[in-house]
Amino acid sequence: MKFLCLDCDAQMHFTERRQPGDGTFAAAFTCSRCGRSVALLANPMETQLVDSLGVRIGGRTLDPQPLETTRATVRGRDEAFADDGNGGPGTATAWSREAEDRLARVPGFVRGMVKRIYVDYAADRGIPEITPEVMDRARSELGLEGM
Amino acid sequence: MRAESSDARGTASIPMISRTYHDVTGPDRSRLGEQVAQQHDRVRRRLAGVRRVIAVMSGKGGVGKSYVTAGLAMGLARAGQAAGVLDADFNGPTTARLLDADPNARLRVDEDGIDPVVARDGVRLMSMTQLLDDGQPLVFRGPGHDSFVWRGAAEAAALREFLADVRWGSLDVLLVDLPPGIQRGLELCDLLERPPNGIAVTIPTLESEAAVRRALRAGLDGGIQMIGVVENMVGSQFPGAAGSTLAREFALPLLARLPFHPGIDLWNDLATRLDISPTHSAPRAPHSAT
Repeated sequence: MKFLCLDCDAQMHFTERRQPGDGTFAAAFTCSRCGRSVALLANPMETQLVDSLGVRIGGRTLDPQPLETTRATVRGRDEAFADDGNGGPGTATAWSREAEDRLARVPGFVRGMVKRIYVDYAADRGIPEITPEVMDRARSELGLEGM
Repeated sequence: MRAESSDARGTASIPMISRTYHDVTGPDRSRLGEQVAQQHDRVRRRLAGVRRVIAVMSGKGGVGKSYVTAGLAMGLARAGQAAGVLDADFNGPTTARLLDADPNARLRVDEDGIDPVVARDGVRLMSMTQLLDDGQPLVFRGPGHDSFVWRGAAEAAALREFLADVRWGSLDVLLVDLPPGIQRGLELCDLLERPPNGIAVTIPTLESEAAVRRALRAGLDGGIQMIGVVENMVGSQFPGAAGSTLAREFALPLLARLPFHPGIDLWNDLATRLDISPTHSAPRAPHSAT
């Protein structure tokens, strides 16, 4: 998928993705010549189709987690996985109390995987403590709003 | 799908589009093609230690594909082969029960993958049974309508992840228990580096024969390398000879004729026969059959 600025005859560049609610997926593209921005808005059905393919519009910055698409899309049983979500060696990251509370509200079926994604995100960027603000940023940057 | 612009103007001033997708050659940050290629590569690397993938298929529901899969897996394991079962019947998984796997076993996960359940006779198993509460159907998050648009893609993704993300380790045989029909088998062909082998399961009736014939043709056209036919539920309840008819028609061996309650010797014999079948025979088209 590419966006072309017709006035400039130039390819527009991906700048941001969000899932602002009701299943809508939004991706913003900007023309680097004239600065014009456009937003692609996918309806919930289209969003679900793309999510089901296991690909990320705007690209990936972290490796996929095991069973990532299945865990993100299936309504599974809470105790299916023995998954502490602490990430690999060298990913010891602190959690603020507010961030822990928020994580505790994630369904058990997917919680360990979501935790590991936040831990990997923080480790990748040298962030010492995961806070709700870090979680919001990660969700937006990594396209996790559906999880 | 809609696009909104920060500079809304009348359409009269918009120049005509003359570029094609491939004319626009700037970097594509999404790299969706590369992401899909990486998914395939992940499957390839995970299955590098699996000597043989065998799809257990049929065009007909209720003929005992899962029963044959489980019995064959245990027969192979008893013969000293490392056997795994991927239950690809996501909406009606039964192999966990047939292999005496604990449905409440918690799957161990780390960043590298997920451990399969170790079931009867040491068979390694991955099934949707492990992910769902007992008696609960497979339900996906997402819009509650028009699921026909995306549900097939979601189930194909589950198949890909069951192949790529489960630590199958070194296996002599990975049996893939397919649901009725042919779609999941074709998805399997698309995902694997080499075409899988296939075993077609039928019951003796004419109805089953007709349905399995279609599935065999579709499977062969799709690249599945069939190694034989198993006729299940043989006995006075079901008259007919679908197994031998299909085997003759497609020039395939009739690997077994299983009664309703086959003894352990029949499973062991089937496993032995499988072991001596060619691993990578060339696909055979039905019209070339004798």
